[in-house]
Amino acid sequence: MRHLLSTRDLSRDEAIELLDIAEDMADVQLREVKKLPTLRGRTVVNLFFEDSTRTKVSFEAAAKRLSADVISFSAKGSSVSKGESLKDTAQTLAAIGADAVVIRHGSSGAPLVLAQSGWIDAGVLNAGDGTHEHPTQALLDAFTLRRRIHGSASRGRGLDGVRVTIVGDILHSRVARSNVWLLSTLGAEVNLVAPPTLLPVDLANWPVSVGYDLDDAIDAQPDAVMMLRIQLERMHAAFFPNSREYSRAWGLDDERFARLRADSIVMHPGPMNRGLEISSRAADSPQSSVLEQVANGVSVRMAALYLLLSGEKGE
Amino acid sequence: MARTVLNHSDISRALTRISHEILESNRGSADLVILGIPTRGTVLARRIAEIIQRIEPDAPVQLAGSLDVTMYRDDLSRTRTRTPSPTDVPVGIDGKTVVLVDDVLFSGRTIRAAFDALNDLGRARAVRLAVLVDRGHRDFPIRADFVGKNLPSATSERINVHLSEIDGAEFVSIEGGEE
Repeated sequence: MRHLLSTRDLSRDEAIELLDIAEDMADVQLREVKKLPTLRGRTVVNLFFEDSTRTKVSFEAAAKRLSADVISFSAKGSSVSKGESLKDTAQTLAAIGADAVVIRHGSSGAPLVLAQSGWIDAGVLNAGDGTHEHPTQALLDAFTLRRRIHGSASRGRGLDGVRVTIVGDILHSRVARSNVWLLSTLGAEVNLVAPPTLLPVDLANWPVSVGYDLDDAIDAQPDAVMMLRIQLERMHAAFFPNSREYSRAWGLDDERFARLRADSIVMHPGPMNRGLEISSRAADSPQSSVLEQVANGVSVRMAALYLLLSGEKGE
Repeated sequence: MARTVLNHSDISRALTRISHEILESNRGSADLVILGIPTRGTVLARRIAEIIQRIEPDAPVQLAGSLDVTMYRDDLSRTRTRTPSPTDVPVGIDGKTVVLVDDVLFSGRTIRAAFDALNDLGRARAVRLAVLVDRGHRDFPIRADFVGKNLPSATSERINVHLSEIDGAEFVSIEGGEE
């Protein structure tokens, strides 16, 4: 694999291979020595133009557990705040000798620009770009689902027939987009539930079903419910009257949570707005996989870095 | 043209002999762990463990395991991307005698990687090496303790090991080389 920019480009076999490698990486996390020498001498640069805690820390942990050297770079306090362009930043990183660049950027398509630019020879890993994609988040969600459903027999399997309902701000969510492509590639049935104002205009090409009523979706007893964060930083228009009304219509409150099957999985990519899109009882229940998702994130990102950085250049 | 050098019963006799030799050098099956290197080493390790359990009924039940060395290889950036296999070590290796099992011993680089991998799992009391075929051409000072068959070969030749669990047939053949 040369770059990981989008889950839309992943074939089913590629996705399953990555998830299987992540299983091996998860086994390593259980050992006393959690480090592998695999990427010794390689340099991974974390290039974060947007704020992030868990993704950045997770990528950093993943690269370090594979023995790569990690350089973390936030736009704040760097030359970017002095007006440096992406091109100059990329060429600087190339001069330092970066083998892989993990990039998060506010503009959709920035990782693609970097990958195709020729400014830098490194592999590019998309860690979230605008409202486009966040592939490693979707991969860790799929990994978490597969482990919950198939347990130790997960290797080699997809998510065929698994019914996943994604609820919330689909319009602005790169997590939702990445999950839609990946989960359907793996054979899952994806149902989107959101207020009409928070759905993209043209969903005709998406392999999903769409609903507007969360109660109907809950009564259909999905295998997993993925609650998305209401991104207050992107709420520039009147998408819904106020947060209490959103919560009443589209939040996973205690009453809705109680109607779910006891083995339905409650997912959230974090950070959570407790009491808004998800109640504390749902978030802290054994059905919730929120913390598992974070732990699995490291394994999945190790697998992605391994696939990107091993093998001959240009493969 | 591929030439068969070991047939089904040759392989089975070699494994039985290796199993006896392991028991002899270890003076029994106490504190023994047999770890195969995927994929065919794992199959061979399982078979050797079964033979040992047949010879010594009080041998440990969890004898065989699998040790993937992909992440420890020194050629990861030189060849195509390798897909790792699961590592499954049944018991801790601290203080145990570990017998590594592989199908073909060639450059010794896989075994060197296996030493690193073992090191991360614990401190074995001793490490031994059993291989079905030793074809020579070592790059490292590594030698097998238990060998099914020594097979002098040219570097240009290929040794193919087929095992019924994986390949549906059971033989070792040699092919290629200058003819």
